[in-house]
Amino acid sequence: MSLPFYVSPEQVMQDKAEYARKGIGRGKSSITLEYDSGIALMAENPSSLSKIGEIYDRIAFAGVGKFSEFDQLRKIGVRFADIKGYQYSRDDVRGRALANAYSQAIGDVFTRELKPLEVEVIVAEVGDPELVGHEESEIYRVQYDGSISDHTGFCVIGGSEEELRTYLDANFRAHLPLGEVLRLGRTALGRATDGATVAPENLEVCILEKARIGRKFRRLNTDELRQHLGG
Amino acid sequence: MRIPGFGSGFGTSSEGYRGSSFLELLQVDYPHIAFDLSRFGNLERLEVPHGTTVLAFKYADGVIVAGDRLATEGMRVASRDVQKVYATDDHSMIAIAGAAGPAIEMARIMRIELEHYEKIEGQGLEIDGKANKLSQMIRANLPAAMQGLVVVPLFAGYDLRRKQGRMWKFDVTGGRYEEAEFEATGSGGLYARESLKKSHRASATKDEALEMAVQALTDAADEDRGTGGIDTVRGIFPTVIYCSEPGIEQATEPAIRGVYESIMARRANGRAGARR
Repeated sequence: MSLPFYVSPEQVMQDKAEYARKGIGRGKSSITLEYDSGIALMAENPSSLSKIGEIYDRIAFAGVGKFSEFDQLRKIGVRFADIKGYQYSRDDVRGRALANAYSQAIGDVFTRELKPLEVEVIVAEVGDPELVGHEESEIYRVQYDGSISDHTGFCVIGGSEEELRTYLDANFRAHLPLGEVLRLGRTALGRATDGATVAPENLEVCILEKARIGRKFRRLNTDELRQHLGG
Repeated sequence: MRIPGFGSGFGTSSEGYRGSSFLELLQVDYPHIAFDLSRFGNLERLEVPHGTTVLAFKYADGVIVAGDRLATEGMRVASRDVQKVYATDDHSMIAIAGAAGPAIEMARIMRIELEHYEKIEGQGLEIDGKANKLSQMIRANLPAAMQGLVVVPLFAGYDLRRKQGRMWKFDVTGGRYEEAEFEATGSGGLYARESLKKSHRASATKDEALEMAVQALTDAADEDRGTGGIDTVRGIFPTVIYCSEPGIEQATEPAIRGVYESIMARRANGRAGARR
């Protein structure tokens, strides 16, 4: 019987992190931006497999990396939210609780399993002026190792995160109208591919609209998107 | 530690429900909060709120569903302003008749079920799929129905593919029967059907449809003690919901009051419908 080689935990974690980062780096980025009356989630995505999805009344999800893994996370999020809303009330379903649950689940896999999840996800919750204590929008980012952070204004996930973040740091302003935010997002996403303009049919855009009653999530189709971008 | 909805985690050993149905998710992963009345033994002697008239019929733009607001326990009033008609999503609705508790719970689960499916799958069910799902839920309730907790809803909605309103009635075994023109159920359902038989026209406008609905509910309340009439003193009006291509729309109280008052004035004047 041969003895296993000793590998320092530090080395193991580093290797896993590098593996996960590589996997995520192969895919395109995704941006979440606040605008004057909601939150817009954008991704460059020519395929019909969605990277953005509805979780609950005020909560949306965006993922990058390995599709099968983040889509599984999305479904788990929907189950988490629907069970919670059924057991308590619809207003008790909160983005922060979901982001924390993601953080634990993803972190667990990172430490316990041989292969880490090659994903990064965003949980966005739009503020509701009627709901005391939750008037403000919240955006959470959970990384492949389970580390969680909250963001105001905008948040970028994915391979070209740094470049896009630098661009948005310089150009993003709060309380922009939807059209302007979408144009800004498109330009930012284009930076990942040498500044090329991303065609509307290659964009996936969903919004959480404050003004909507009940389920605030809505997917913009290409025609609507063209209208918003065109102006 | 178990995180709700997160099963046992992500590894290869990942257990837990993986499908698209909320009801199955409850039954498989959360049996302690799932909805199952059959474990309570014989409930026949237990008095639970009952009594109803709910109706549905087609009109020019789609389908309309209406229901009174009274719930009774035997000879007593349990509640005067129960809601019996619920939108289950943007293009479908359910009207409940039977034991109030399980019926309201079924309507609630139906709504979550449709939304859950749509979110998980990224696409909603066809209207036939929705009606079929409801029929399975009623069938699953059969043991409870045998013990006296009968739930027999109406389901109606707008079929975006065929571009028309559609509706179904159900029996306790989960049998589902599509109706072409109109249907009413509950203790006063017979009277509402008789009323609609005289007044119903599928080409009716929205306003005419509201009048037919209010008239049928008023006739039912007139003959059936389990059905609540319109109470202008307390301001209790039936729930009336239209469903057409753009979606769901609820009739406002002033609109229902207006229609009701004109019907009453006509009847008081001894003209058309005075003796009905």
